Amino acid sequence: MTLLNLAMGTGFILILIGLFGALTQRDILRMIVGFTIAATGTNLVLIAVGFLPNRTAPILESTAPMADAIVDPVPQALVLTAIVIGLGVTALMLAFAYKIHAAKGTLDISKLTDLKW
Amino acid sequence: MTKRLIALLLLLGLGTIFADLIRGFTPDPALNMSAQFYAARTVVDTGAANIVTAIIVTFRGLDTLGEVTVLFLTAAIVALVLGGNVSGVKPRNWPVGELLQTGTKLLVPLIVLFGAYVFINGHLTPGGGFQGGAILASAVLLLLLANPARRFGHQLISRVEAVSGLFYVGIGVLGLVLAGGFLDNRILPLGEFGSILSAGAIPLIYALIGLKVGAEFSSIMASLSESEDK
Repeated sequence: MTLLNLAMGTGFILILIGLFGALTQRDILRMIVGFTIAATGTNLVLIAVGFLPNRTAPILESTAPMADAIVDPVPQALVLTAIVIGLGVTALMLAFAYKIHAAKGTLDISKLTDLKW
Repeated sequence: MTKRLIALLLLLGLGTIFADLIRGFTPDPALNMSAQFYAARTVVDTGAANIVTAIIVTFRGLDTLGEVTVLFLTAAIVALVLGGNVSGVKPRNWPVGELLQTGTKLLVPLIVLFGAYVFINGHLTPGGGFQGGAILASAVLLLLLANPARRFGHQLISRVEAVSGLFYVGIGVLGLVLAGGFLDNRILPLGEFGSILSAGAIPLIYALIGLKVGAEFSSIMASLSESEDK
């Protein structure tokens, strides 16, 4: 119970830290780091939701039914997907950040005012 | 200053919601119905020991095909955005330490071997195609760190990716013809539970996914690395 709350709380705190970084930082690379931290927090929360106390990993040791001895495997499969997609999103953000730097010579979003009126 | 205040207020609101969520959360006493189905049917239907692998490769195999496609699109877009004519540009030479160069020679074969181990054993142990592919790509990253001027053949990377993707879909269609449906793993015998050549086509599919993911990650890193030249 306490371990579960600890994991979930850490996940939520990571989400808040990441969003704070993404909202307050002016440098695009730091914003990307913020988004990555928030994504890690989301994954941690998802894993914690699937955790059942006093149970083991969803890997079977024998062909006997183990439905009352393992944690929920579905959130783990979801998080595996989320990690991979998160990596793709990060790679895209970095590529666009590079393009912005090549075009404008800066990564500071307060200097990118083309869309401001 | 006001911007920071607004952000803080927003996060305070979110934090209140999160705190409420944690306080109201009680873990289920037993698995819910879908998880129970997977726990009960994994051995009977797929012969795999790792339920997460059975879900990803067989039960929700179509979603995994979509996920691999998303990754392919990412690699393609990164190459498109960062691409361009780099042939005439001489790569800059960064000084690289002796330790890193020698360590790379020692470690790269071991890392590739470990990556292959992880994706071939995906149906028995924690791990699988995505993790193994990421480990393979970390070997490529080490090579790039040890010699930033190194250029990988995009032709080879995209060929590995295309061939493994084609075989992946081909196995899926074979499942449609020979077994119960698209990406059904029972086109090969399920074998003895717990041995490496068991669980039907799962080791084969996961090896293909591993190669494909490794090639995609390597292609992303090669594109990012080459963009430094310009």
